[in-house]
Amino acid sequence: MKKLTMLALTSAMVAGTPAMADLMFPDLSYRTGPYAAGGIPFSDGYQDYMTLLNQRDGGIGGVMTRVEECETAYNTERGVECYESTRDDGALVYQPLSTGITYQLIPRATADGIPLHTMGYGRTSAANGDVFSHVFNYPGNYWDAASVIVNQLLTENDGNLEGQTIALLYHNSAYGREPIRTLEELSALHGFELTQLAVDHPGQEQGNQWLQIRRERPDYVVMWGWGVMNQVAIQEAINTRYPMENFIGNWWAGADHDVESAGADAAGYRSLNMNRLGDMPVFAEIQEMVIDAGLNAGDGSNLGNVLYTRGMYAAMLAAEAAATAQEIHGVADIDASMMRDGMEALNITSARMEELGMPGIGPEFSVSCENHGGSGMAIMQQWDGSQWVTLTDFIAPDDSVIDPLIVEDSAQYAAENDIASQCGES
Amino acid sequence: MFYREAGDFKTSYSEDNQTFPILFDRYRYYFVLVVGALVIPFILNDYWANSILIPFLIYSIAAIGLNILTGYCGQVSLGTGGFMAVGAYTSYKLMTAFPGLDMISVVLLSGVMTAMVGVAFGLPSLRIKGFYLAVATLAAQFFLVWLFNKVPWFYNYSASGQISAPERDFFYFTNIAVTGPNAESWAKYMFCFLFAFVLAWVARNLTRGSVGRQWMAIRDMDIAAEIIGVNPLKAKLTAFAVSSFYVGISGALLFTIYLGAVEVGEAFGINKSFLVLFMIIIGGLGSIFGSFAGAAFMVILPVMLRNFMSGALGWDTALATHFEFVIVGGLIMFFLIVEPHGLARLWALAKEKLRLWPFPH
Repeated sequence: MKKLTMLALTSAMVAGTPAMADLMFPDLSYRTGPYAAGGIPFSDGYQDYMTLLNQRDGGIGGVMTRVEECETAYNTERGVECYESTRDDGALVYQPLSTGITYQLIPRATADGIPLHTMGYGRTSAANGDVFSHVFNYPGNYWDAASVIVNQLLTENDGNLEGQTIALLYHNSAYGREPIRTLEELSALHGFELTQLAVDHPGQEQGNQWLQIRRERPDYVVMWGWGVMNQVAIQEAINTRYPMENFIGNWWAGADHDVESAGADAAGYRSLNMNRLGDMPVFAEIQEMVIDAGLNAGDGSNLGNVLYTRGMYAAMLAAEAAATAQEIHGVADIDASMMRDGMEALNITSARMEELGMPGIGPEFSVSCENHGGSGMAIMQQWDGSQWVTLTDFIAPDDSVIDPLIVEDSAQYAAENDIASQCGES
Repeated sequence: MFYREAGDFKTSYSEDNQTFPILFDRYRYYFVLVVGALVIPFILNDYWANSILIPFLIYSIAAIGLNILTGYCGQVSLGTGGFMAVGAYTSYKLMTAFPGLDMISVVLLSGVMTAMVGVAFGLPSLRIKGFYLAVATLAAQFFLVWLFNKVPWFYNYSASGQISAPERDFFYFTNIAVTGPNAESWAKYMFCFLFAFVLAWVARNLTRGSVGRQWMAIRDMDIAAEIIGVNPLKAKLTAFAVSSFYVGISGALLFTIYLGAVEVGEAFGINKSFLVLFMIIIGGLGSIFGSFAGAAFMVILPVMLRNFMSGALGWDTALATHFEFVIVGGLIMFFLIVEPHGLARLWALAKEKLRLWPFPH
């Protein structure tokens, strides 16, 4: 007990940094633990883009940006601690890059009036802005991803999946379980058979699951993996001699580090992507003004890879929302509630993406009070043994299946938590 | 110096049998209580409450629970995480099924439920002990986590398998929320403080009484204990029941008050069992103070180190995290080499030396 008071004294001196007039974007990153492989490039991309804005444009609307990084190790308790420690520092928007942490933060951030941007992860039904006032998951969510995969398979099979079997290999956590609801619905609709194979955290143990795949030979294996699980699954698929073309990951299971270790053996593996690949003018700017200037967040080696690009895309969306908020409120030094309004009024067009030096990086979409989910479109990409190549244009999900599910799930949340309609009569 | 016995005379057995027989110790104890109950709630900010004090109190309860089983009764358990999950899921089911229930009842009932589950998994302890029992309780850990993942009834058929705590009040007619996003920090802190205080007090007195002596007899040598008339069945199962009650309460608090939303594999995995086991080993087996010291060491120290390294020194967060592992790991080794009986023993030695000051031997 005495120890406690002593610690209290020492840390009182440590805590507390002065508030400055800048736009603070907390970055709940993870550069350690079994999910670090995905966390590092994403965080690098996010921070480097913010640095680029400072270097090139002098911040957003004349106000400098500041990224405050906090290590969560993908652990929810640490995530909560990070949230608490950065919250009072003027945090504008949180991007935890973890479905588990997102679930912790949804009620807290909503009560504190700070928006959450859970880009393509987190709680899917948060797309319903009528219930989740402070949560945004544009440009797409898991149910969109599941539907996009099925739509692509439908295209490949002449619109008929009757009698086919699809195995879902998923991370046994909230993240991995999210698509099940949609896939079940879609399997009833399209007549394919769905098998569920859960892989426990952190994901290295997949022997049994692949034994079952070897035995049952499903027509397709769809993977909802993250971190070390992806690499192991791809290696197991190679060992099982499963046809790689029929093995499809979601957008968190298709980064460079997932396939590089298997190299040419993994050729043919496909995955979704919510952002486009390839060289973009913005990379040259980052190289010149951030990395060559020695201001890069990581070691600078991730520039342009899948998750780096996604982190940069996330930062771009946050910056655009901040600029929108400045425009709406006519104030340069915005706060979290203004940021929320900016996110809700966000409109991403092809012209704007072109202007920012990242043409067609994501789908065009606009956010409204009711729809926080964006268009949900994604591309399909394939690993050719040495690099990712884009297979398709942006594919749209089947909204007629997903929208009722979102309404149902969010209505349940609203009822459990006594949330009144946020958007009013419209 | 402070711990002077001269002039501190006892004139009755009850005085001599006090938990804190030395006057200064007693004052220090009251001082800590007063600070904890009457000062901290008024000066508390959200960060301190939610990131440091609340988890510290909750893990202290878990550590006391495991200490009762392992430290006092000698039954090694690796099932702590699973039992915490039982507490958390019971409280979730109670909160959603009976919305009118206040949080004190919810938490206590979760403890009772966990006690029953704990007794069931404690049955093998009558036949096996030591490493073998550790493996049996490890099975409980994996089974319980699997169960809460597998059976959708436990998480009310939600799409993702997450459970989240709705808003509930401190006690009937109080109208002070302790769960949910709108709960005030001081209310959450006081709620945990109350539980930690009462449970620590009960544990201290249980372990001094006949029940505790039976546990310790079983721990020291079960055959000898049986010969002098201790019923091993009763002693072991009561230890499992009381221990699981504590662990269940800490699980319920961890879920409802601290985290608010939980996923069983992540929050109550095997790591949690190890964490609590480390707490009692470092804090001191068979000591209530040790449970608090161990919880402080494992919960508060890493946060402070991280704040210091990446906040004050401005280090890279990944580097700071890696250094945190190195420093905490190194300190664990250092403490266990210097004092295998944990922080509680170090504390006791320090006190003894202070009592003999200025001429300690």
